[in-house]
Amino acid sequence: MSDAILTLDNVTKVFGRADKPVYAARAVSFALHPGRTLALVGESGSGKTTAARLIMREYAPDEGRLLFRGVPLGKSDAKALRDYRSSVQMVFQDPFASLNPTHTIRYHLERPLKLHQKGLTAAQRQAAIVELLERVKLDPQLIMPKFPHELSGGQRQRISIARALAVNPQVIVADEPTSMLDVSVRQGILNLLNDMKAELKLALLYITHDIATARYVADDIMVMYAGQIVEWGAVDRVLDDPRHPYTRLLLSAVPDPDRRFDDVRFADELGRVEEIRTLSARPQPETAQAGDNHFYRPFPAV
Amino acid sequence: MSDPVLSVRNLNIDYVGAETNFHAVKNVSFDIAPGEFFGLAGESGCGKSTIAFAVSRLHRPPALIRTGSEILVSGRDVLSLNDADLRKFRWREVAMVFQSAMNSLNPVLTIEAQFYDVLRAHGPISRAEAHARATELLKLVDIAPERLDNYPHQCSGGMRQRIVIAICLALNPKLLIMDEPTTALDVVVQREILQRIDVLRKKLGFSVLFITHDLGLMVQVSDRIGIMLEGELVEVNDAQTIYRHPQHPYTQQLWASMPKLHGEQTRREPVL
Ligand SMILES: Nc1ncnc2c1ncn2[C@@H]1O[C@H](COP(=O)(O)OP(=O)(O)O)[C@@H](O)[C@H]1O
Ligand SMILES: Nc1ncnc2c1ncn2[C@@H]1O[C@H](COP(=O)(O)OP(=O)(O)O)[C@@H](O)[C@H]1O
Ligand SMILES: [Mg+2]
Ligand SMILES: [Mg+2]
Repeated sequence: MSDAILTLDNVTKVFGRADKPVYAARAVSFALHPGRTLALVGESGSGKTTAARLIMREYAPDEGRLLFRGVPLGKSDAKALRDYRSSVQMVFQDPFASLNPTHTIRYHLERPLKLHQKGLTAAQRQAAIVELLERVKLDPQLIMPKFPHELSGGQRQRISIARALAVNPQVIVADEPTSMLDVSVRQGILNLLNDMKAELKLALLYITHDIATARYVADDIMVMYAGQIVEWGAVDRVLDDPRHPYTRLLLSAVPDPDRRFDDVRFADELGRVEEIRTLSARPQPETAQAGDNHFYRPFPAV
Repeated sequence: MSDPVLSVRNLNIDYVGAETNFHAVKNVSFDIAPGEFFGLAGESGCGKSTIAFAVSRLHRPPALIRTGSEILVSGRDVLSLNDADLRKFRWREVAMVFQSAMNSLNPVLTIEAQFYDVLRAHGPISRAEAHARATELLKLVDIAPERLDNYPHQCSGGMRQRIVIAICLALNPKLLIMDEPTTALDVVVQREILQRIDVLRKKLGFSVLFITHDLGLMVQVSDRIGIMLEGELVEVNDAQTIYRHPQHPYTQQLWASMPKLHGEQTRREPVL
């Protein structure tokens, strides 16, 4: 595996009062690699968006650190931070909310180019916009003069991807990018992310609650609960042979047309929902290896 | 097949506009048998909710049901019910849980008061009787009776949704309509709720009209499924046939665009 471009090293982020802390991230460690997609899956409230926001530096970690190309991100080095800001881009769940309704699509793409590639002439910027739109498989002449509300949900998500690509990023964090889209449109967006990753050697963090789409796009997967990554590794190893009780619970509950409703994959775990939730919310500092590129956090012995 | 609980015939519904009408439901016909779990699937905007609201007689202008459309519940013509009949029909014949139902509970009333309201509206009942019935109903959906004293905000989303389902079952309806009842909930909670519904309908014998955009889930829980496309019901079949041998090209395309949880994973190009 190539060297990591972005690393979270033992990152903890706590919200709430001291007497009632909410661990949105608890000792989270993972690394993103160029040309690879890492999926982060979990139910709502598990801490997925917090991980994204930590990467976007919207919050500072309470403990632990971020490393960019192996170098810890400090507060002081302005140039390194600028470099980081343009290298790490985000795609959000609701493309409508992240686009300005009063501006054309052309404006949305031109702005990041003006900010991050100051040397470009107007003609070069125009060419770059056309290229970006072609890359996300939209017709440039048709789309450029349009306003966000004139586009479909899928087209808007393509625009957010084009905008993220405008600054030649190396890392893309996509937080539930398809969960507001219909199945038929979802596919196109997932394929696009896949192509970007391969062609531009991007490191992709794909955040979702939909395990089937995670399997479709990702090389590796992490399962999160209560701010902790309870199991991680190669997608098929984790999904075919889950070891952590919470992963097994989650996989038992995921809709699967190949199973009759009463044919539960891990009936034992599905019968212990509360117990597994309680135990999974406790710190699980140990790491156990289930196989090649497959790890989980065993419950501490009581 | 015994007489259907629900029989929809040539249902046509328009949304009436100032200039043009939008034909949202086009000549839809289907039946639901007693005790049957019937799924209605299709992408957003295809007309699923419009049908659900019409069947429960909850549709409002600009929705307009064309003459010639027929909706029969246990053989009774739903579309010609007068106000008095309608009051008896609701909750007792058909009850509906919708996506945001968990937010439809009255925030200033306790759970018990909300049960009491529904029970009382359909015949004289003492506080003590209502309390006993509400306790029994909560038990059906796996909720402790202590919750009767709670206000909605004290309960989780999944719990509130189960409470709404319990209220819907208060008057033993013959048909429970669920319009995306678990879409806002996580999969584990969704699974627990649907498992409960499945047990209950087998025990109590009601039928279910279940609406979702999640085809995989629908195949798992339904006996039969109808697939909708732009207002039309393009295929109705038993769940396994819809999954393993879909007949209509649109149904085939829907499956082709869905990533699978296991088995061979090939890149799929969108075909829709
Ligand atoms: N800004 C915040 N202030 C307080 N609590 C927060 C904040 N952001 C997130 N949380 C809490 O942290 C936990 C994780 O949230 P989030 O990262 O949004 O989860 P997810 O994206 O997996 O749904 C939740 O319990 C959430 O309520
Ligand atoms: N109040 C309304 N006025 C006008 N058009 C409506 C109204 N409600 C729904 N529609 C339209 O009718 C179609 C079907 O809507 P709906 O039944 O809500 O679809 P679904 O539940 O399958 O997502 C959609 O195209 C929608 O835009
Ligand atoms: Mg989130
Ligand atoms: Mg709907």
